[in-house]
Amino acid sequence: MVAVTLWGSLRPFADGQTVVEVEARTFKEVLDRLAEAYPGLRPQIERGVSMALDGKIYREAWFAEIRPESEVVLMPYMTGG
Amino acid sequence: MAFDTEPKRDFKVVGRRVARPDGIDKVTGRALYGADMSAPGMLMGAILRSPHAHAEIVSIDVTAAVALDGVKAVVTGADFADAMDAATADVRDNCLARGKVLYDGHAVAAVAAASGAIARAALDLIKVEYRVLPSVTDVDLAMRADAPVVQAGRAVEVVPVGLSENVTDHCEFGHGDPEAGFAAADLVIDRSFTTAATHQGYIEPHACLASMGPDGKADLWCTTQGQWAVRTACSAILGMRASQLRVTASEIGGGFGGKTTVFIEPVALALSRKAGRPVKIVMSRTEVFRATGPTVASSIDVKIGMTKEGRITAGTATLRYTGGAFPCGTVAMGAQAAFAAYDLAAVRTFGWNALTNRPKEAAYRAPGAPQAIYAVESVVDELCQKLALDPLEVRLLNAAREGTRSSYGPTFEAIGLEATLEAAKAHPHYAAPLAAGQGRGLSCGFWFNFGGNTSVSLTINTDGTVGITEGNPDIGGSRAAISQMAAEELGIPYEQVRTVIADTSSLGHNDVTDGSRVTFAVGLAVIKAARDAIAKMCARVARIWGIDPEAVEWVDGAARPTGPNAGTFPPMTLAEIAALSFKTGGPIAGHHESNADGAGVSFGVHLVDVEVDRETGATKVLRYTVFQDAGKAVQPDYVEGQMQGGAVQGIGWALNEEYIHDAEGHLLNPGFLDYRVPVASDLPPIEAVILEIPNPGHPYGVRGVGETPIVPPLAAIANAVSRAAGVRLTALPMSPPRVLKALTAQG
Amino acid sequence: MKTVPVSTTINGDAAEFICAPDETLLDVLRNRMGLTGAKEGCGTGDCGACSVTLDGRLVCSCLVLGVEAEGAEIATIEGLATGDGLHPLQQAFIDHAALQCGICTPGILVAAKALLDKNPDPSETELRYWLAGNLCRCTGYDKIIRAVQAAARQMRSA
Repeated sequence: MVAVTLWGSLRPFADGQTVVEVEARTFKEVLDRLAEAYPGLRPQIERGVSMALDGKIYREAWFAEIRPESEVVLMPYMTGG
Repeated sequence: MAFDTEPKRDFKVVGRRVARPDGIDKVTGRALYGADMSAPGMLMGAILRSPHAHAEIVSIDVTAAVALDGVKAVVTGADFADAMDAATADVRDNCLARGKVLYDGHAVAAVAAASGAIARAALDLIKVEYRVLPSVTDVDLAMRADAPVVQAGRAVEVVPVGLSENVTDHCEFGHGDPEAGFAAADLVIDRSFTTAATHQGYIEPHACLASMGPDGKADLWCTTQGQWAVRTACSAILGMRASQLRVTASEIGGGFGGKTTVFIEPVALALSRKAGRPVKIVMSRTEVFRATGPTVASSIDVKIGMTKEGRITAGTATLRYTGGAFPCGTVAMGAQAAFAAYDLAAVRTFGWNALTNRPKEAAYRAPGAPQAIYAVESVVDELCQKLALDPLEVRLLNAAREGTRSSYGPTFEAIGLEATLEAAKAHPHYAAPLAAGQGRGLSCGFWFNFGGNTSVSLTINTDGTVGITEGNPDIGGSRAAISQMAAEELGIPYEQVRTVIADTSSLGHNDVTDGSRVTFAVGLAVIKAARDAIAKMCARVARIWGIDPEAVEWVDGAARPTGPNAGTFPPMTLAEIAALSFKTGGPIAGHHESNADGAGVSFGVHLVDVEVDRETGATKVLRYTVFQDAGKAVQPDYVEGQMQGGAVQGIGWALNEEYIHDAEGHLLNPGFLDYRVPVASDLPPIEAVILEIPNPGHPYGVRGVGETPIVPPLAAIANAVSRAAGVRLTALPMSPPRVLKALTAQG
Repeated sequence: MKTVPVSTTINGDAAEFICAPDETLLDVLRNRMGLTGAKEGCGTGDCGACSVTLDGRLVCSCLVLGVEAEGAEIATIEGLATGDGLHPLQQAFIDHAALQCGICTPGILVAAKALLDKNPDPSETELRYWLAGNLCRCTGYDKIIRAVQAAARQMRSA
């Protein structure tokens, strides 16, 4: 299981939890499991979600490999200047 | 993507102050920008803009305009495609309004004619009937339940019900228990701030030349930060296939984020499609101010608690941003960045975006961060003042470092904030005496930095030179930096490498030049492309020598035998391998395509001394020093240039620049005379101090440097002015009338 | 509107053009003479990107009418380099990284040359006030000032 940290405004769509556990080995599996377990997160996932994996930000990498001890933090997909 | 585990630290070409390849063209007037291109049979386009901040378009009658001699086409929003995703539809409706005009200057219709004068005359003949609606430009007013609704039904699902329909987005970040933290503080300060919308202020107005044939194939020349983004948006808006549209980026006369989207390009294509002739559109400066992207305007509350020793016990911030008349996600970046410089046990930020009758926000250098960090760094400074603590020591005491859980969630890798603060502390500027009426301010700054989608092609020419084809418009000297990294990796002189920027038909997709991504991501791709070419060259040499490819290594620009069974062969240089390439299997090239990650966050610290004239309220910047972690400065001149230029844009934001609207929502200052950007005589020398804390995500340790420098100036100057004036200023810009008012109120 | 024939000298060469009475010198240079080195940043004389000299005097060519060039000598960025050699100001701008996007560069070079022609040894303050009419949004002006100072030093010793 991987512990995934959500940002605060997603909490209401994940039964009030800030950290949720999912069975996943890649970022895509994280997103898929989250969308299955918490359908309320689906619109945000479709708008765009990035991931910080052990401190490194991955903007869209579906196949980034995740280990059970990895720190996984979701972030809104960012656009810049 | 695998990361190099140990960034390279010994360099021959990287780190040198080489001359930029575009230098001669730019100093001789030969460089071609957006407005500098012409085509045979070209028509000139002009755009009719709304005189109202908010109105329903009842009807548009173009009959008289079409009938004018020399007019070849007239288009409105009805000439664009209907079906596309919501974000692109917003871009479309910003290019030509549909149903309603949403801000003063919103485009309504466009004309192509034999000359610019005829086109402008034809605009006067277009009859638009408006039903004027109440408007709102202030973010706090727009969030009230009784505010005029700019667009209905645009809120995302995370926005609580019961608010004004203008509220489109909400976000929350942070960890820990702020209330417990505030209870443990010796002093808690709670303040509200506002920042005005500012414009990127690039000196080159938007310009493009579009040409579409009757077969539907089109070419577009334009000034942009990203030709693929232009192609994606324009092909959707015009209902074209992407392959039918080739976009070529001109030299770009400044962008700073403002040229990451389209405004006139779809209009020129629609006119060309209708007229069957090339159409050129060049915006006036007034149009640039009225209808292209300013940054968000904001209203921010910050509360921070501190012990008398200077440890921050908790921080909270509520950010209310408006990205104009269309939904805007910039507040999420502000809410994540606000407290990034601090190691906090308890932190919480809340972000709100509200629609207003202002132009659609476009990204501006570290979008969202300067406003948020301005507010946080102002409160930290006031706490230091009231607790009689050294503001630099307090930053050091609370600084985020490797292993800190950041305010936005992830744990930081190696970061340069502490080293940057130490450099500021050790610099003579920090110890220099101040005279009466002067004040010194400092602020930390932060930006995430992006990687992103990148394609690079690298060709080994038969004469031993190297050509690089990349796809990111060069704003700050990136062609030089990319050539340097290729030369470094290949082991050849910089002068043997030439980097050009491809059109959309000549290379795979590249994300826009944004997020400080180019030197990092394109550099990374060019290093990988060089390694790809090196592997191919080593394989050719192995065949020539009759040994295994693994027995050939690449050292200092040449293939050499390596290992016990390789035999002895004299090294073969890149030029020798290139000269034989037709005999050994054909042309040699390397390439790399990836969506780069691992950009590595960036921190900076700015120190500034100011003097406030108590009679006029005018602020003079006396001394300015920028400290920033560049990871590895590939071309230090250009890194310094980013630091200096960003600092000065921030100085303008802090002291003068603002969008000023009247009660009906009209923009009152759409020109450089009244929207005052810094000029040479306003400024002292800007000293730039580069630190190099390698980014673990790049083979050479490179971090993006372009955006962070605009973040600290707002608070650094606000803190300096507040200390000089003896009164805390909480609204930007700190223009002379505002400072004078604060001084007068103080008595 | 009827066009007007104008005889003038541009960068030392005799040049003739016709233009409308309300056409700016900037539009004439860019659209009729193919000299696109002068840029239009504002059209109102605020940014200096269109700087040229008219009989030796620094002007914003967006504020001058084409017809006013009758009999005048115009110098533009295209005439700054001679033969294959760059003017010391041009070389200094490259050597000191005094340009980024480069859109303001032609105007600043023309303006800086006009200053050094009158005052070969300006102080930094004089330089900053002289160039206050030329906006640059990329550099923060620092490296521009260093480059002009370096070129002035070189020109004085030449």
